[in-house]
Amino acid sequence: MTAPTAPPAVPDETAVPDQTAVLDETALQQHFDATIAAGHRVEPRDWMPEGYRKTLVRQIAQHAHSEIIGMQPEGDWLLAAPSLRRKAVLLAKVQDEAGHGMYLYSAAETLGVDRADLTDKLIEGRQKYSSIFNYPTLSYADVGVIGWLVDGAAICNQVPLCRSSYGPYARAMIRICKEESFHQRQGYELLLTMMGGTDAQRAMVQDAVDRWWWPSLMMFGPPDTDSPNSAQSMAWGIKRHSNDELRQRFVDMSVPQAQALGVTLPDPDLSWDADAGHWRFGPVDWDELKRVISGGGPCNAERIARRRAARDGNAWVTEAASAYAAKHAAEHAGEHA
Amino acid sequence: MTARRDWPLYEVFVRGKRGLNHVHVGSLHAPDDEMAVHAARDLYTRRNEGVSIWVVRAAHITASSPDEKDPMFAPSGDKVYRHPTFYDLPEDVPHM
Repeated sequence: MTAPTAPPAVPDETAVPDQTAVLDETALQQHFDATIAAGHRVEPRDWMPEGYRKTLVRQIAQHAHSEIIGMQPEGDWLLAAPSLRRKAVLLAKVQDEAGHGMYLYSAAETLGVDRADLTDKLIEGRQKYSSIFNYPTLSYADVGVIGWLVDGAAICNQVPLCRSSYGPYARAMIRICKEESFHQRQGYELLLTMMGGTDAQRAMVQDAVDRWWWPSLMMFGPPDTDSPNSAQSMAWGIKRHSNDELRQRFVDMSVPQAQALGVTLPDPDLSWDADAGHWRFGPVDWDELKRVISGGGPCNAERIARRRAARDGNAWVTEAASAYAAKHAAEHAGEHA
Repeated sequence: MTARRDWPLYEVFVRGKRGLNHVHVGSLHAPDDEMAVHAARDLYTRRNEGVSIWVVRAAHITASSPDEKDPMFAPSGDKVYRHPTFYDLPEDVPHM
């Protein structure tokens, strides 16, 4: 008997591989396939194919890393917020990103990995995070645009993940989605406020939109024709919609929001397709996405250096907490001696 | 970060409001029980999600087999007479 979050039992490698074991494996696979086909959730100690586990670890870790690295672009503005109200809002939002990272690392650990190892892999460049956080935040309007577009895109991506086939991941996403709504609304309200201000403020908003629009579309990943893992992830119910479907949904949601705000989206090809009921948009620069994902974005090195500095520079805090716990445990033991 | 690797895993349960059960919400690592409660407060109740928190070391939980088809639960499967719908009564009998 083990705890619910302990890694599932692996087959005993010392056991003699006999026909029974092969049959058992087949039966387990059939049971897993039936669970997925019925739309039921897979839970931590269930048997699951190794590929399913690896795909989940990769996706959840990448997602968790994105939340943690995502604290940085907006965190850069915490000490320069234009008012106490904006500062309190931004602080709450950045704290949420940390919380989202923790929910996701917690989900990843149910698959038998250790979150400290995942952080090491991030810092060593062996695991990735969302390309969007490798762009700089040049003005306070960027804080608003990140809330509106970047968190808006994240919501498009994440709402279907609340029905992901892996229970702990789906439950983490439900918590996260509840909180993301605040993120998007505070951003849009910030932009509305700036649009009601001076010409210079409106120009700042438009400039931020011009810089973040295309990177936001890239958040959904490569086009379906160039997304090697998508088909298997959808078959397993880890993903529920393709990259291109979600990207289209995001564009359809964002165009009327841009109109209400009074900004222009930087795409001359953007046009309404009445027959299909969709906004058609111009070609995305996939070379830019590849470049930024593979380390060539404006801020990749800075983001990782800061994460490394946080891990190493804060090690004394965890050491102090461990020492405190050890001391109190010893005192407590003494009381009962 | 070496210290952190040694911290035990705690499962966190939150009571949403008085009158409700504590419900599992997730897990975290902490150096001891008391700090686990504080960390759980910061992580899982940033928006009034709870009025009470339980933390328990994951290693201290004893659980049944994960498989829902486990024979452990089979004995209750065939006892349909334990459900009120098993009994046919005339429709005009009141308050039943």
